[in-house]
Amino acid sequence: MWVIESLTNLIQENMSMLIEGIGDTLYMTFVSSFFAYVLALPLGVALVVTREDGLYPIGFVYRFLDIVVNIGRSVPFLILLVAIQPLTTFLVGKSYGSTATIVPLVVAATPFIARLIESSLQEVDHGVVEAAQSMGASLWTIIIKVLIPEAKTSLIVGATIAVGTILGYSAMAGFVGGGGLGDIAVRYGYYRYDGEIMLITVILMVLLVQVIQAVGMKIARKTDKRVI
Amino acid sequence: METTPFIQIKNLRKEFVSQNSRVTALSDINLNIDKGTIFGIIGMSGAGKSTLVRCINFLERPTKGTIIIGDKDLSVLNDKELRKVRQNIGMIFQQFNLLMQRNVEDNVCFPLEIAGVSKKERKKRAAELLEIVGLSDKRKAYPSQLSGGQKQRVAIARALATNPQLLLCDEATSALDPTTTRSILSLLKDINQKLGITIIIITHEMAVVEEICNEVAIIDNGSLAETGLVEDVFSNPKTEAAKKLVYNGSKAVKEMKGKRVIRIVFDGKSSYEPVIANVVLEFKAQVNILFADTRDIGGKAFGHMILQLPEDEGLSDKIINYLRSININVEELKDYVGY
Repeated sequence: MWVIESLTNLIQENMSMLIEGIGDTLYMTFVSSFFAYVLALPLGVALVVTREDGLYPIGFVYRFLDIVVNIGRSVPFLILLVAIQPLTTFLVGKSYGSTATIVPLVVAATPFIARLIESSLQEVDHGVVEAAQSMGASLWTIIIKVLIPEAKTSLIVGATIAVGTILGYSAMAGFVGGGGLGDIAVRYGYYRYDGEIMLITVILMVLLVQVIQAVGMKIARKTDKRVI
Repeated sequence: METTPFIQIKNLRKEFVSQNSRVTALSDINLNIDKGTIFGIIGMSGAGKSTLVRCINFLERPTKGTIIIGDKDLSVLNDKELRKVRQNIGMIFQQFNLLMQRNVEDNVCFPLEIAGVSKKERKKRAAELLEIVGLSDKRKAYPSQLSGGQKQRVAIARALATNPQLLLCDEATSALDPTTTRSILSLLKDINQKLGITIIIITHEMAVVEEICNEVAIIDNGSLAETGLVEDVFSNPKTEAAKKLVYNGSKAVKEMKGKRVIRIVFDGKSSYEPVIANVVLEFKAQVNILFADTRDIGGKAFGHMILQLPEDEGLSDKIINYLRSININVEELKDYVGY
């Protein structure tokens, strides 16, 4: 029991720091997720549409995007974080802190999310797309009114996975002074050998991921009209 | 006066080219379809029916030849014009292809959204259409909550939303049970009669064509085997492909032995007369019925029967002559004879 008691005391002593850490982590995670999704959506759509059996096949565009996305996904996040520091400094004025971390997070998450979106859109029944074509729907109409709405549930599930992953990435940014729970874990656990504070931040991270996952799945289920 | 047919399919050819093969799906298809008919296109699986129906609205662009609907030659239209034409062609599918995340009403509204109709108009039109297909109470239901037959009704309402002049049905009843099939077919017939819409039905089921089509084309191996009025083609099929479809099921009698075997085909009138009984009474002959089948085509009873005649050649000839004299189509089946 003394473990829980001492942890509770620690939490009380460091309450403001932990709350700030949670706040920073959520800020980084959601803002990055938002920007990454905005960039990834057209990319994912383009991957689906331009492929050989797509609605508007353009071979070289598909191959180019495919390669770019693969390269983006294969660079380890920590290396990317350091490698794009000039870009980060250019965009936000500095290369450390929560806001600065958003830049590498977006760059790292965009190709990953684009793949998630691609696979979700790929699941849409070809027959429904054909029906829309038979009604004289344009490519744009099919994307906006058929592909995306019909893939809705799968897209929400994918977005939930993406947010969880970005939350994990954001903790890694702690190593370069990124802010948030990861930063606290690195400062206390790695530099000061304070295992207890690190343990608390890890527990908090786990809880955040759990909550995000549960909420995401709930939304996905609630909005899915395929199940009665 | 010679009138131009509503739909003209001219020298249609469709090839699918992949990296190292070229498959000819359709070749030399020429068909004229008049306004207001229910036209059946029948064939075995893989015969090219589905490709043909997709060529009619240019979902598949023909390799050669053209389609003329009304006064529009589809092969010369650009994408935008083509989409405009498609807005006036309804299409229904075997798997219904409804938008699963939209409710019934919004599904019916979808083609109207594409056509740029206002929301108020759309809702009004959807209500009318759901009334026609008998699903007014399911307006807010989602497709997953409906049975197969109900889904197809929604698909029909959706296909009719833009007041099309042509409705294409691609195996529309193949996923449905016989009772539901009949109710969907009678709905289609109703729509054809009330709204005067030309309907093209693709199917592999004879029963569908018999039930509602006026004219039929038989597709075999990518080309047109036979075409004509349903009653003509079904009572007197000329090509192998047609016979295979029409007499489907009469194969089983092949093992039975007999001297002479004939197939007789009744038309509407003679099927009311007791032909076989007359033969037996008149010639005091024993005829053996090997196979018999009667179908209702457009309200008339059409039947065909396979008879084994007595060994006596002279008597058999007399029977055949008698049958011919009362206008019954008689065909000798050489391959049924087994010595």
